[in-house]
Amino acid sequence: MNDKGKIVAGLVIFLVMVTFPFWYNLGKAAPAPEIVLSAQAKAAGACVLPKAEIKTEHMQLLDVWRDTVVREGQRVYVNAEGKKFDMSLSNTCLDCHSNRKEFCDRCHTYASVDPYCYDCHIEDPKENDQ
Amino acid sequence: MKPSRRDFLKIAGASAAVGLGAVPVMEALAASGGHGTSPKAQVEKWPEGLTATHWAMVVDVRKIESAEQIEAMVEACHTVHNVPLLNEKRHEIKWIWGTHYHNAFPSQPHEHISEHLHHILFPVMCNHCQNPPCVRACPTKATFQRESDGLVLMDFHRCIGCRFCMAACPYGSRSFNFRDPRPFIAETNKKFPTRMKGVVEKCNFCAERLAVGQLPACVEASDGILTFGDLGDPDSEVSQLLKENYSLRRKPNLGTGPSVYYIV
Ligand code: HEC
Ligand code: HEC
Ligand code: HEC
Repeated sequence: MNDKGKIVAGLVIFLVMVTFPFWYNLGKAAPAPEIVLSAQAKAAGACVLPKAEIKTEHMQLLDVWRDTVVREGQRVYVNAEGKKFDMSLSNTCLDCHSNRKEFCDRCHTYASVDPYCYDCHIEDPKENDQ
Repeated sequence: MKPSRRDFLKIAGASAAVGLGAVPVMEALAASGGHGTSPKAQVEKWPEGLTATHWAMVVDVRKIESAEQIEAMVEACHTVHNVPLLNEKRHEIKWIWGTHYHNAFPSQPHEHISEHLHHILFPVMCNHCQNPPCVRACPTKATFQRESDGLVLMDFHRCIGCRFCMAACPYGSRSFNFRDPRPFIAETNKKFPTRMKGVVEKCNFCAERLAVGQLPACVEASDGILTFGDLGDPDSEVSQLLKENYSLRRKPNLGTGPSVYYIV
């Protein structure tokens, strides 16, 4: 009995299928998304933290904000420059970054992050203002 | 060679010494890095915020004349907090509502109760108990009693929807979101978050308004029926009212220590 041919063919098919995702995506690395600063953010000129920090640490910052507000009852954040912010996701972050879709969401979609915050927090504090 | 007991003890002792030597290093590491807070950043309260050592509500039942007065308080509260209006009774969400004497004070009704008490609706809400059973029941510490002022509050981010707190609360002050509340909110207050399906909610004595120097919404809409203030301050309006008038609390025999008082 000699099934060498079948075995080799099977192995080749197996290898091709296992590695398919790798060579299928070869050279097609998704470009980093273009995030757009809202007019308001441009006017403000600076974020709550320096750019490098807010970029990598905004989730931790929001976590600290919500614990401080909800559990300790302190609602004012004074950053290193002495500027004061109301510690609020909708009323501060999304008030300045009023274009959530082109800003937060674009980056999150790229990074495959889907925060569940907007099940409760108002996602468009600026739209349909009454 | 088989290691002797003596060798074994030597090695064990040496490794313990090395381990202890690492403690200061670990402590230095732990101290160096909280996330998300720049070393120079600080948190504080708004200067105009209202503070107390024991927030309490006094309901002057003598001033209640009509159901519309209660309706106005409910409306004010439910609008600022995005409380949905679900008509089906078992899905209902309420932070403050009106109820009859025999429901508010179930151990005290009798046939000869005064006409006035028999007819009116009593405004009822979370009692912000001094000894809150809901806080003990909560397995995630989502419900907690704020040490500074005694408010019984909820951290919605931690609520897992187990509803132990609802079973523990003897006043029915808590509601569960069986459905997504958003379609049932007529006009959303964009300054305050909604809730989502699967969490419990209740009155928070307007903690978010106190923080910016405003009285609770129901108090403002109450035509003087509700008085809110600091029971820890003997000169406050609530302390004076209770000193001068006879008052009741709901189900006092349970030992929960409600912070809502009714002058009848
Ligand atoms: C007063 C306006 C303002 C507020 C409030 C504000 N930001 Fe920003 N944010 C900016 C500006 C301006 C930049 C761009 C900074 C730069 O390019 O140097 C920025 C940058 C960022 C970035 C980095 C984007 C990038 O290019 O990589 C993130 C992430 C971010 N903000 C998140 C937040 C979050 C989260 C909050 C709330 C905690 C917040 N911002 C509050 C104005 C604001
Ligand atoms: C530069 C890209 C970028 C921008 C812009 C950005 N984020 Fe993020 N965000 C991330 C990444 C990446 C993560 C995931 C980090 C991780 O999982 O460790 C994240 C995580 C989060 C989380 C935690 C999510 C979770 O499920 O734990 C929150 C909340 C959040 N971002 C809020 C915001 C808000 C609000 C804005 C807009 C004001 C924003 N982000 C803008 C990149 C970004
Ligand atoms: C189940 C509903 C719910 C969800 C989901 C939720 N929050 Fe909240 N959050 C609240 C409520 C209610 C408050 C209290 C608001 C107050 O007291 O002003 C709050 C307060 C906060 C605050 C401080 C006050 C403010 O206005 O923002 C921050 C910051 C915050 N949440 C961040 C988050 C982030 C980040 C997420 C997602 C990772 C999230 N929350 C998800 C309900 C929710």
